[in-house]
Amino acid sequence: MSVPKQYLDPEIECSSADEMRQIQSERLKHMVKHAYENVPLYKERMKDMGVSPDDIHSIDDLHKLPFTVKDDLRNTYPFGMFAVPKEELVRIHASSGTTGKQTVVGYTKNDIEVWSRSVARALTSIGTTKSDYVHVSYGYGLFTGGLGLHYGAEYLGATAIPVSSGNTKRQVQILQDYGSNILCCTPSYAMYIGETAREMGIDTKQLPLRAGFFGAEPWTEHMRQELEAILNIKAYDIYGLSEIAGPGVAFECPAQQGMHINEDFFYPEIIDPDTEEVLPDGEFGELVFTCIGKEALPLIRYRTRDICKLERGTCSCGRTLVKMCKPKGRTDDMLIIRGINVFPSQIEAVLLSLNMDPNYQIVVDRANNMDRLEVQVEMTASMFQDTLKSLTEIERKIAAALQSILNISAKVRLLEPKSIPRSEGKAKRVIDNRHLQ
Amino acid sequence: MQLKQISVFLENKSGRLSRVTQILKEANIDILALCVADSNEYGIVRMIVDKPAKAMEELEKSKFTVSLTNVIGVTIPDSAGGLATVIDLLAKQNISMEYIYAFTSRKIGEAIIILRVEDTQSAIEILTDHHVKLITHNEIIRE
Repeated sequence: MSVPKQYLDPEIECSSADEMRQIQSERLKHMVKHAYENVPLYKERMKDMGVSPDDIHSIDDLHKLPFTVKDDLRNTYPFGMFAVPKEELVRIHASSGTTGKQTVVGYTKNDIEVWSRSVARALTSIGTTKSDYVHVSYGYGLFTGGLGLHYGAEYLGATAIPVSSGNTKRQVQILQDYGSNILCCTPSYAMYIGETAREMGIDTKQLPLRAGFFGAEPWTEHMRQELEAILNIKAYDIYGLSEIAGPGVAFECPAQQGMHINEDFFYPEIIDPDTEEVLPDGEFGELVFTCIGKEALPLIRYRTRDICKLERGTCSCGRTLVKMCKPKGRTDDMLIIRGINVFPSQIEAVLLSLNMDPNYQIVVDRANNMDRLEVQVEMTASMFQDTLKSLTEIERKIAAALQSILNISAKVRLLEPKSIPRSEGKAKRVIDNRHLQ
Repeated sequence: MQLKQISVFLENKSGRLSRVTQILKEANIDILALCVADSNEYGIVRMIVDKPAKAMEELEKSKFTVSLTNVIGVTIPDSAGGLATVIDLLAKQNISMEYIYAFTSRKIGEAIIILRVEDTQSAIEILTDHHVKLITHNEIIRE
């Protein structure tokens, strides 16, 4: 057996900091000029700020440039921020638009190459080779998941199996009959595939499946362990957003400690979401990306709303690509309770640390000018003993953990199982009843 | 010498207890005794039924949180002082009680009390030593 290649682009993935900065600086200069000349919104915004492309000499000048937000894409719906003529476009994708008007993104031939190469680096990092079958159970369509992983697998020379999502028994059948080696889908769907295989009486240890990339929704370390156990694989996180490219903007390596950002294409910054000031490495703030390798939609300082931190250095996998942590929340999910920032994911972590299922909902309201936080937790059979005393004790334990870990005081309330409404499998975690002007 | 009691966690919302009794009715399960402990927000319904395993299965199928608890059932004379004698026996030996409720069984024709104590084994020994009659599941099911 040949030893699988570790890196697709070793000269990039393991470059020195100076080499990387040089690439980034060159690309940024080129890209800013392109955006200025072809996207009216950028020309206008830069003029307002008194900045011209000539003021950008290196990546250090990035802070001089304006930010871009999701509403900019919505306000110019559908194609207002595209920087190339129609004949150069080869692909359109769009966000689901569940929280407002859709955002539409376009790609040139070269953009697809940049994106596919990013995904191929990710796949190579987890040991995918040309002789592997890559089973893609992300949805195919306007959503970037399916085609993103598909093109990445083909770019690498592996065999893409475009199963798309749904028909889970057939998924399991294909995993078994074709002998898929790598699975790509959302973590919750991967879990469902694992459970279905078990129900069908299939021993996942007998399958050739080795690893998987799971993204497009937040998931926890706890879920990784469950996925790895039920499918008998290594489970890796992959990050992306359609505005920037799609999945593959960042990916986990075998170290499973943070995701390497393809920073030669997507330059990251962390800012304070309120002051918009750039924060140093290691500090949590909002993740911002500048596309420095793309033509059709060259977004400058795009605010992702993901709360994250960056880490530089040489990883145990050998890569020097900057790493981002799993986003710990979204700026739009962030609750400020009596001045303390709270993310639903932190509540989840507290429940997991108490060995409780993270089926919860957070209700905030305000009485007498004081924020009140109620954390509602669904009961499970394993938590239930038949005395009121024991139930009060569970509530006290959760409240004490929230207090000591997150420094917030909350009222805890136990609910019957499945009483938190779930839509399409996703539960609404936060109900904010504070009506502030 | 213990009885199986079904305990169900319920939120204090209208219609929840009705749902439980409806499920048991549809499964043709007979409730012999029932008591409710409640706080402001939730309650625990405790029941002695003729088919505890079946009741648990049906309730879990409808997503209720259910547990099966071992409790002690003793018969006492249905007359003044009947309960006092038994409680006194346990109190003297420092057996602390979690909860207690009572019902009468047509079949036995006597009052029955259900006890949940912290130390079940010691309680059983004390009661048997003092000739208190512990009842079994089969003794109370109606034919």
